[in-house]
Amino acid sequence: MNDSLPYTTIIGLEVHVQLATRSKLFCRCENRYGADPNTLTCPVCAGLPGALPVMNRSAYELSVRAAVGLNCEIPLFTKWDRKNYFYADLPKGFQTSQFDLPLSQHGYLDISDPKGEFSDKRIGIIRAHLEEDAGKSLHDEAAGKADSRIDLNRCGTPLLEIVSEPDLRSPEEVGIYLSDLKLLLEYLRISDCNMQEGSLRVDANINLHLPVDGELKATPIVEVKNMNSFRAVQRALAYEAVRQYEQWQESGRCLGDPGVTKETRGWDDDAGVSRSQRSKEESSDYRYFPEPDLPPVVITEAEVEAHRLALGELPAALRTRLVAEYQLPEGDADVLVNQGRPLVDYFFSLAGAIDDGKIASNWIQQDVMRYLSEVGVTIDDYPVAAEQLGSLIADVLAKKLSTSRGREVLAQMVSSGETPQAAMQSLGIVEVDSAATEQLCRELLEANPKVVADIKEGKMKAVGALVGQAKQRNPNVQPQEVRDLCLRLAGEM
Amino acid sequence: MAIVDYTATELLERMDSRDLTSRDITAAYLAQIETHHGEVNALVRWDAEGAMRTAEAIDSRRELGEPVGLLAGVPVVVKDNLCTSRHVTSCASRMLANYCSPYDATVIERLKAADAVILGKGNMDEFAMGASTETSAFGPTHNPWKLGHIPGGSSGGSAAAVAASMAPVSLGSDTGGSIRQPSAHCGVVGLKPTYGRVSRYGLIAFGSSLDCIGPMGRTAEDVARVMSVLAGNDPKDATSIAGPVPRYEMSCREPLDGVRLGVIDEQFGEGLDDEVASKVEMAIREFEGLGATVTNISLPHIRYAIAAYYIIAPSEASSNLARFDGAHYGYRAEDIPLDEQDGPLVAMYRKTRREGFGEEVKRRIMLGTYSLSAGYYDAYYLRALKIRRLIAQDFADAYKNVDFLIGPVTPTPAFEIGEKMEDPLAMYLGDSYTVGANLAGLPALSLPCGHTAEGLPVAVQLQGPALSEEGLLQLACAFQQESDWHLMRPELTKAE
Ligand SMILES: [Zn+2]
Repeated sequence: MNDSLPYTTIIGLEVHVQLATRSKLFCRCENRYGADPNTLTCPVCAGLPGALPVMNRSAYELSVRAAVGLNCEIPLFTKWDRKNYFYADLPKGFQTSQFDLPLSQHGYLDISDPKGEFSDKRIGIIRAHLEEDAGKSLHDEAAGKADSRIDLNRCGTPLLEIVSEPDLRSPEEVGIYLSDLKLLLEYLRISDCNMQEGSLRVDANINLHLPVDGELKATPIVEVKNMNSFRAVQRALAYEAVRQYEQWQESGRCLGDPGVTKETRGWDDDAGVSRSQRSKEESSDYRYFPEPDLPPVVITEAEVEAHRLALGELPAALRTRLVAEYQLPEGDADVLVNQGRPLVDYFFSLAGAIDDGKIASNWIQQDVMRYLSEVGVTIDDYPVAAEQLGSLIADVLAKKLSTSRGREVLAQMVSSGETPQAAMQSLGIVEVDSAATEQLCRELLEANPKVVADIKEGKMKAVGALVGQAKQRNPNVQPQEVRDLCLRLAGEM
Repeated sequence: MAIVDYTATELLERMDSRDLTSRDITAAYLAQIETHHGEVNALVRWDAEGAMRTAEAIDSRRELGEPVGLLAGVPVVVKDNLCTSRHVTSCASRMLANYCSPYDATVIERLKAADAVILGKGNMDEFAMGASTETSAFGPTHNPWKLGHIPGGSSGGSAAAVAASMAPVSLGSDTGGSIRQPSAHCGVVGLKPTYGRVSRYGLIAFGSSLDCIGPMGRTAEDVARVMSVLAGNDPKDATSIAGPVPRYEMSCREPLDGVRLGVIDEQFGEGLDDEVASKVEMAIREFEGLGATVTNISLPHIRYAIAAYYIIAPSEASSNLARFDGAHYGYRAEDIPLDEQDGPLVAMYRKTRREGFGEEVKRRIMLGTYSLSAGYYDAYYLRALKIRRLIAQDFADAYKNVDFLIGPVTPTPAFEIGEKMEDPLAMYLGDSYTVGANLAGLPALSLPCGHTAEGLPVAVQLQGPALSEEGLLQLACAFQQESDWHLMRPELTKAE
């Protein structure tokens, strides 16, 4: 947080996450992104007359798991409500959501900045509730075009809405909150959190607190929408804070002043500006009432407790363990944990195989992760098992081959799927026994009396020429071994 | 006796004994429809060809000795708010005048599985909103007993079809009395089951927490037989009740011993027509004669039932009918005016809904939208829910002392067509005795018990606790064994 600013930025987030269930929330249609328009629909999700919803319990269970992970209270009774509004992508004319009795409330997420720019902080979670997603309008209503099209595939996709307290104080904190939240949801296998495909969406509420003559003034709250990446969220909020401050300086309008309503602004990332959206949407009355077609949902204390026990190790605990048990620097732990649990599990296997956490971490960060990002796959698709990589690293550690030769072998293993031994053979790498190395060194020393003389005079660097010649004659020799041997033999001559 | 005068049970006996085929029977009912449709307008459409095909298929299966269903070869008329995958399902609305459902309602699937022959769709008040079948976009249905009078509603077409011998049995739906009131006005038996006993999947929703599908027929036994087909759990309806389903047509003939009937005090006061009162009182005495003990019972909150009902049902309707917006299916207005303020989409919604819905439907959407609006929700919707709980408690208290409740179905006999169209409040008050069972989710039955001097049918209402349909049908069956109101037929104009 920047203490030099004349205001405090107050931010709360509403994050919508599509749940990774097999089927939709209220029908049996497949829950999948990217199918041809309107191919994943049925009378229920298309809102046809007479169709009725039936809750997919696994969507509720997944939501409870997420809420427990967010330290929320889980009421043993929750219910559904209808949120009524007209829109082309909402075929029923209402969205089935949760209003006054959400499935969870009063939770928190602890965030910490790996760069240490702000101290550890607890962000309150007001509630997390479940609702159905709407379809997608593939038209431009504003332009009044005749050929409006609607894709209902997304209709009825389970959506978890996570509403934070207005506890965030800067775009930087927002960035950390979002990436920690995303990581948590990925660890709990709630969602793939893919912002490009819309499975994670963020709306922000923001205003400023300003001290004026010893009194705290608040600017009107603005909701910012249409932010398609975490970076866009941060940019939009940074822009909005400045915009609100300038507007306040101009107009002096405060929250609660007569005529002040909540404004909704849409972020244009290309232009780097936000624009006010039509005021009609702000004043809408959703006429919530209990959904008569769905019975309330109940859960027992024991079931909630089972969810708590099944959470497993969450990212924060995992970072701590990597530092404590594997002596990793915090930066290393952070990088590994942020890659997701499967990569951490790969690390555990590798570190176990070679009995060294830091070296395992180095190889993973320098070689494995580089490959993953270049090829664009996850650790699940990495062709070399941790045990195989471990055996290769063990050879390097035993000085059977150099680190750079080791990298060549790994590259060969990745491309061919061979074991380390087979890969070395393919590359013509064979271990040179010490008698052969000694024989080679003697020959080189005899052929290079000048070098021997230099060494005897204390010019140790001269031995480098012999190491080079040795590698030319046999690429498999260990350079360090050649160096040490030549120095010793020259001394004896 | 003509084929169309038989009960469904009698028809089944004659098909089993090979005295009649479903083909004969179906042809006879279709002929009756063709002959009298112009007078009664009970059906909005029928499928003679499809019905005959089904009938023939069932006949040949019966001929081959294959097992057949509980209603094998029996013609049925179903209300036009039940989705059928063949032909149009319109809810008697311009909005859905050409709408074809891609699927069958669960009750339609069940009828088909029981080998019933679905003749066609019964006329109704638009979206089941009305008590006279006058709000239908296809014109009013006429009461077969007196053509200038209403048949009741909203299932007026289904009731009139049975009364006019166009079908031995039919299906209706009941949100505030829409099975029982037309059954009373047309002199047939109508059963509104316990909420959730019959799946609502495929019933075009009006008031989702109140809607029930139920059977109508001349005799309690026929109604019981259809009920055995309709009832049961449906995984597609989350509010459907689990548990075993009795064979109602078997148990309904069993004698009832020591039944305690409670007469609802509040339903014999102001507003009840003298002739209706005296017929209902006679029916109560007949039940006494059958061995029932009768005591008076008070339902202290029932006087608020109409007020609560006309908040809750329209509130749910305002949401249920939001989907009819012209965007996805059904009627869409043309020549959308340019709306500078709201844009073309909203302008399209507006014109479509203004033109596609009738006046009564729009009135109820307005009522419901208002009740749910910010600032009014607590005063209207929430209070209505509280009254609903109090009424349910009144019923629960009553059933601690009596087995069933008895009273009138309607305050008056069927009124004249057009008489109350300009006075919605008077029309709404006609539901006073029936909405209680919907608010409490309990079963109730309308049983013919006499005719007025003018020749209009009068009925008595039997109500019971949850899942007491068996008892209600037993009572009705016992009554019909001692009376012959159900044997009377209206005089329709003879065919030329
Ligand atoms: Zn679906």
